Amino acid sequence: MGEIVKIAGPLVVADDMRGCEMYEVIKVGEEGLLGETIRLDGELAYIQVYEDTTGLKPGEPVTRTGAPLSVELGPGILKNFFDGVQRPLDAIRAKVGDYITRGVYIEALDRARRWKFTPRAEEGQEIEGGDILGVVQETEVIEHRIMVPPGVKGRLIELKEGEFTVDECIARVEPVAEGGGGGAAGAGAGAEVELKMMQNWPVRRGRPYREKLDPDVPLLTGQRINDTFFPIAKGGTGAIPGGFGTGKTVMQHQLARWADSQVIVYIGCGERGNEMTEVLEDFPKLVDPYTGKPLMERSTLIANTSNMPVAAREASIYTGITIAEYYRDMGYDVAIQADSTSRWAEALREISGRLEEMPGEEGYPAYLAARLSDFYERAGRVKTLCSPGEERIGSVTVVGAVSPPGGDFSEPVTQNTLRVVGDFWALDSALADRRHFPAISWLRSYSLYIGYLSDWFTKHAASDFMDQREEMMSLLQKEAELQEIVQLVGADALPPRERGILEVARMIREDFLQQNAYHEVDSYCSLEKQYLMAKVILQWYDSAKEAIERGVRVEKLATMRIKDVIARMKYIRNEDFKAKYEEIMRDMKDEFESLFTQAETQA
Amino acid sequence: MNTDADAGTPAVDISAREYTTIKEVAGPLIVVEGVEGVSYGEVVKIVTPEGEEKTGQVLEAGRGLAVVQVFEGTAGIDTSKTRVRFTGDIMRIGVAQDMVGRFFDGLGNPRDGGPEVLPEDRLPIIGAAINPTARDYPREFIQTGISTIDGMNTLVRGQKLPIFSGAGMPHNALAAQIARQAKVLSTGEQFSVVFAAMGITHEEASFFMRDFERTGAIERMVAFINLADDPAIERVITPRMALTTAEFLAYEYDMHILVILTDMTNYCEALREISAAREEVPGRRGYPGYMYTDLSTIYERAGRIRGRKGSITQIPILSMPDDDITHPIPDLTGYITEGQFVLSRDLHRRGIYPPVDVLPSLSRLMDEGIGPGRTREDHAGVSNQLYAGYAEGRDMRDLVAVVGEEALTSRDKKYLEFADVFEKKFVTQGRNEDRSIEETLDIGWDLLATLPEGELKRIDEHIIKKYHPKYRGERAATAAG
Repeated sequence: MGEIVKIAGPLVVADDMRGCEMYEVIKVGEEGLLGETIRLDGELAYIQVYEDTTGLKPGEPVTRTGAPLSVELGPGILKNFFDGVQRPLDAIRAKVGDYITRGVYIEALDRARRWKFTPRAEEGQEIEGGDILGVVQETEVIEHRIMVPPGVKGRLIELKEGEFTVDECIARVEPVAEGGGGGAAGAGAGAEVELKMMQNWPVRRGRPYREKLDPDVPLLTGQRINDTFFPIAKGGTGAIPGGFGTGKTVMQHQLARWADSQVIVYIGCGERGNEMTEVLEDFPKLVDPYTGKPLMERSTLIANTSNMPVAAREASIYTGITIAEYYRDMGYDVAIQADSTSRWAEALREISGRLEEMPGEEGYPAYLAARLSDFYERAGRVKTLCSPGEERIGSVTVVGAVSPPGGDFSEPVTQNTLRVVGDFWALDSALADRRHFPAISWLRSYSLYIGYLSDWFTKHAASDFMDQREEMMSLLQKEAELQEIVQLVGADALPPRERGILEVARMIREDFLQQNAYHEVDSYCSLEKQYLMAKVILQWYDSAKEAIERGVRVEKLATMRIKDVIARMKYIRNEDFKAKYEEIMRDMKDEFESLFTQAETQA
Repeated sequence: MNTDADAGTPAVDISAREYTTIKEVAGPLIVVEGVEGVSYGEVVKIVTPEGEEKTGQVLEAGRGLAVVQVFEGTAGIDTSKTRVRFTGDIMRIGVAQDMVGRFFDGLGNPRDGGPEVLPEDRLPIIGAAINPTARDYPREFIQTGISTIDGMNTLVRGQKLPIFSGAGMPHNALAAQIARQAKVLSTGEQFSVVFAAMGITHEEASFFMRDFERTGAIERMVAFINLADDPAIERVITPRMALTTAEFLAYEYDMHILVILTDMTNYCEALREISAAREEVPGRRGYPGYMYTDLSTIYERAGRIRGRKGSITQIPILSMPDDDITHPIPDLTGYITEGQFVLSRDLHRRGIYPPVDVLPSLSRLMDEGIGPGRTREDHAGVSNQLYAGYAEGRDMRDLVAVVGEEALTSRDKKYLEFADVFEKKFVTQGRNEDRSIEETLDIGWDLLATLPEGELKRIDEHIIKKYHPKYRGERAATAAG
């Protein structure tokens, strides 16, 4: 027990705190506000407080809890909304009303709710961390696998069946003393361990796994520019940097909606209140294309809006990724959307400033880069913990939005993020200004997973999938070069061949890359449709080249009827596309044929 | 010295303690030593040797030491005779329905010579965050009567949509016009206005006052005014006074409140001044690293709450230093607000009012607020097509500057003309011209009709058939026949 000596914003300094650990949770003041130690100095402990500190006085007591900041992991996480330190927002509202007041302590998982637990293990069986004891149908679509917490190892002496709350005992384990030592860290050998459906895990420590795998399976998103041009792998990391108004949030929503992951963790980190409300309203209504049920059935949301306490914002991304790792350990593919990591970095900066630390670039602390890479490295596709002889694979894919000040990518958060992520989806305000959405720049963006994923695409999509991708990208690159000339002399001065390139590049941009997130059909584009759309456009280009050689004028090509059809092909339903594709190809061939004949008769 | 600090109870005056131990005066701050039981954020009353009373707030509470920011400035404060009294309470404002129709200064004292307000409640001015689960998503269309806003960057109830302006541009006229004309169509309800001025000049203030008086808006508004020659530090309090009042009126009296905050740039300057005086590590351009968080505690107070009738819509005005949209003030604002109206010096120079440049302007909540049942079914298509056409026309202008008009194809020339007509017919309107949304959309259609129909790719075909002027005649004919 110590006492407060100083309060400055979210930072509180307390005396008589010797023996306190770093990142230990502390109850601050008479009201017991939640905080966490972030620096120790002799008798003094510096505490970041997750709630508003107005009204605190020096001399008020400070109590240690002895535990690091942890989350509760168990059934009841999905379909729920939490703040940055996993307080359930609905329950807070029910308790204290429309505003978030401080000093409200509510457990993350509902203690009163009973879940039907179905055992999947046998009494007498040898078990260890990661093994599945049984399952709970957490939501309509997600089966929650109750696992042995990491570090526990022994013989299962009792396994119950029936309805339990999350903190009732469901199994007892008799630890076995292991020959080689190590092993059961938490459990003293001999003492029986009682297991509950819920386990705690400190947020700042990654959950253990057996082995990390190469990122060679794509996370399909139904977004053409993401899947075809800059794919992300399951277990990969991606960054979406962009100034305001470039569509970061819409992009994040789209990825959350359509990515083929089984569980979604959406972290609203220091963003707008109304945006979170939109997610809260939409997710329960949106029909998930993979299950036919509301998207919320497999999502959890962490909302710490910009005006909620800044220290809790700092914690929110750790809370989110720990939850994601937990579902990964069950064998699920989990996708995290963190919007926005810049706000998280700003929280870090604010706290660092209050600590009077020596600032690095733009006032950010020198450890910004290390913190960012720690976070992103917790992503990955892994073989999870479980008994030898069994195998389970799960993944955590992290996509972080970055909000660079003034849209300038040279700032520290963007740059340090780029050093660790595999996918860079650069949003371009020039594209957003002309309402080209998604405003991902095809020239600046990249995916480091191409090398790992090309085998998969060749095998599962089409043998020439990657070739088409390359051809389209090189056409766009050529267009960029030609545009510089056009700016000087006008398009008319270019030779026909080059004008053909401008024409097809425009089709790639407008008819392929532009995708309307709000359109019922266009919002999601299957991989097959993406492939065939690209094929149509490239076929048009091949024929156009031939036409130019045969003397057809470029103006004729630019005003072909089939071009309108191509422009509207994104609105053809995924399931109807194959059939329509044949028709489009036929019509295109006919129209070109007639152009050829015209040209010949004129000649 | 009174030290019987009655800790737990924050009631006013009971635990008030008075000190004359000012150790240091630096800019807007004073450091008081030997204090006990001072709480963070507590209100402080300061009496100078001349008897002038000032108000301050504790920024840092340490053992035996308190750093206090003084809202009225530190002139006249000395280090021996000045008395500092800690009130034991946080900043509050007394609110009442009677405040409607009144003027106050930046700290909430009457400025109109009228009596003190008899408060119905005394509310802390630091608003708590609205629980995201309690928010109601804004989707009610507000008609401002201004085409560039209604047609292309629609404002909805509960939104926060700032005007990014620059020195010398008519942002005040535009804000006053919005305040005057804004209404929700279905109900015809009018907004009450809470007006907070921070560091604006006397002329600007009297422009607003005259305008509100002339149109009778004054009957349904509350004004908090901190003028350019009023203490700068007061400005960090003014918007919070205004928003607390707005919340009270919106949620206790079911009123729809439009909050106009002008000029947020002055607010940020005050924030920077305090930060510099505290010797904090500066972020970009000397503004404090927590400016984003600080601004969000103002802007995020806009919104609607489920189950409550009233709403708060915010239009903050800020002048971009040197018209630079990447300056930290507009930049951080843009990251919090739900879009922005950007005024263009180029349009203003050419005499176009309101000089709203629709290309960088944006309303993020527009999609939900428009369409059938709200505005009209063709709204989204018309808006997108106008935008695309104007963007293309503007590109052509740049191109003409380089290659000359002769090099353009006839299609390009059409767009070049389109951009001109768009600015003349659609953007330009009178300072008192209140266009209905139908008028705005019809003007839009007249402009689109100058383009070849094949170019209207962003509008669904059946909408074109229904609204395009070319078919309007036919429709009328079939209807008649």
